[in-house]
Amino acid sequence: MFRWLTLAAGLLVLAVLALILVFTVKEAWPAIQHEGVWGFLTGDRWVPNDPDGPGPARPMYGALAFIYGTVVTSLIAVIIAVPISVGIALFLTEFAPRRLRGPVITVIDLLAAVPSVVFGLWAILVLGPWLFDAYQATHGLLGAVPVLGSIFGPPQGPRAFMTAGIIVAIMIIPIITSITREVFATVPNADKQAALALGATRWEMIRGAVFPHSFGGVVGAVMLGLGRAMGETIAVSLTIGAATQITANLFGSGNTLPARIVQNWGDPGIPPGRSALVGLGVVLFLITIIVNYLARLVVSRAEIRMKGASA
Amino acid sequence: MNRSVLTRTAVIGVAMAALALAGCSSSSDPEPDPSGSAANPYASLTGTLDASGASFPNNYYQAAIEAFAEVAPDLEITYRSTGSGTGKREFGEGLTAFAGTDSTVKEGDGPQEGSYLYVPTVAASITISYNLSEVPDLQLSPSTLAKIFSRTITRWDAPEIAADNPDATLPAKDIVVVRRSDGSGTTNNFTKYLVAAGGSDWTLGSGDTVEWPADTQAGDRNTGVAQIIQQTDGAIGYVDFADATASGLTFAAIQNADGNYVVPTLEATTAALAGATLNDDLTYNPLNAPGADSYPITAPTYILVRPTYDDPEVGAAVKGFLTWLLSDPVSIEIAHDEGYATLPDSIRQKALAQIESVTVG
Repeated sequence: MFRWLTLAAGLLVLAVLALILVFTVKEAWPAIQHEGVWGFLTGDRWVPNDPDGPGPARPMYGALAFIYGTVVTSLIAVIIAVPISVGIALFLTEFAPRRLRGPVITVIDLLAAVPSVVFGLWAILVLGPWLFDAYQATHGLLGAVPVLGSIFGPPQGPRAFMTAGIIVAIMIIPIITSITREVFATVPNADKQAALALGATRWEMIRGAVFPHSFGGVVGAVMLGLGRAMGETIAVSLTIGAATQITANLFGSGNTLPARIVQNWGDPGIPPGRSALVGLGVVLFLITIIVNYLARLVVSRAEIRMKGASA
Repeated sequence: MNRSVLTRTAVIGVAMAALALAGCSSSSDPEPDPSGSAANPYASLTGTLDASGASFPNNYYQAAIEAFAEVAPDLEITYRSTGSGTGKREFGEGLTAFAGTDSTVKEGDGPQEGSYLYVPTVAASITISYNLSEVPDLQLSPSTLAKIFSRTITRWDAPEIAADNPDATLPAKDIVVVRRSDGSGTTNNFTKYLVAAGGSDWTLGSGDTVEWPADTQAGDRNTGVAQIIQQTDGAIGYVDFADATASGLTFAAIQNADGNYVVPTLEATTAALAGATLNDDLTYNPLNAPGADSYPITAPTYILVRPTYDDPEVGAAVKGFLTWLLSDPVSIEIAHDEGYATLPDSIRQKALAQIESVTVG
């Protein structure tokens, strides 16, 4: 009896997931039909224009610029957030005096409770002008260097891929930190003591005993943060600048899938504008699935290798 | 039950007739009604009305609904500022009693042909606000405006701007163009204006969102655009009159169809309405309207109602509210306070007749 109940619960999740996919694809179909699946995924122009007026001859819906923006901002966020989060977690589990631990954890968890619109507004009103100066200085410093010059290109304003990435990084730090901390706490004391007894320094102990044991968990935490980063809507919409472009310049404006959806949902333009927005949702959904699958692959591969090495 | 509903509609019918009379000849007081409803024909309205749509007239509608609650205490009206697109869709699905929209209904928007009537309510100008302390009185022709917003002109000392402003000393600064990040009826009307007046200098077409050049700055809603203009030296953008006034922005004078440079004011907006041609379905296009004093970037907004309401309570409430909205001096004063131009009398009479033509029950 209990077995069937749990089976039903398990299947329910799959069914909900399948239903979401089926219905969103159905809703998005007019737009996908309009562009073709390949055209929708690889088009880099988004012109939900009135076909009565002059200008581009027909509405165009291409998701590529938004896919690019989603990937870029999430990567910036993860690259910034992971070292900081792992550092905080290590500090809390291995180094922090017991008295400090409680307050620090509380403050970090509080960070997770701040609504994303507050982060977005703070980024634009307070951080924005300051970041713009920093971007200009960075561009002045690195603008002439070959590859870095195009990555840190001329800033157009405080709203940029970089700004969105930084804000999302701050938002995912609490998530990654708290899970990583729990994972680090599960490392058996015997392993750590053994490493220290063999004459390892603290850093060698962490590298040899803590990291291999908790690698899977940390990757899981990063994936959770990445999922949050890819789906973050309001804060990104406020900070990224809503430009439909694919550029290496991280100081340029761009847009992401969820931000485009929220910006245009109220006035989606002429049909199939609304379907096209749902289509962006489907694309986001698929990207999330792919990323999670890849993460699983990484974890299983790495666990075999690391456990093998440490055994 | 059924009888009381009938009596109620009858009372409202009388009240409406009295009101229509009052509208035609405002000097003569309506006959005192024995039921006492002529003093306040709206007091008998009951129930709840749910509506959604355009955010452009939202400030006015919210203030008006609040004021109307004092006249009709038993009627509860909610207007959700969702954007015209969502407003039309929800109205088409039968979820709302009426909808606000800045744009006309097109195929696929939701409402079926013949299932809606337009009631024009107010209009407002879209200001071209800028931040350039060196030039307190900027003047722009439509062609220069189109070139600025399509980034053909990127410097404030460009010869086109100098030609529009022979007396000003223009600084050698970069122009920062600010536009909306979200889909919006304001963008739609502004780009429609550029299509109409900008000619071959405007190539981006019109729509709730257009393909802006990547080196433009995007703000969220009118307030977001206003905030960027305030914060950025050398910025220029389009903001609706109410929000631009509230943010204390400086407006450029735009050359109208008659060749005069006009600053957005309530009077200039009203002049544009008077110059616009009214279509048979009561839609009208005040963009680039003729008239020496007309402000050219003036956008209308409408309320969609059904030609027939099956529920007499809802129908009476919609008709009562809209009649009050269009004709009551309190409502008109609220509109002016919020920065919206009310309809000239010629359009208002036709709009009231349109409301009157709605059948109930």
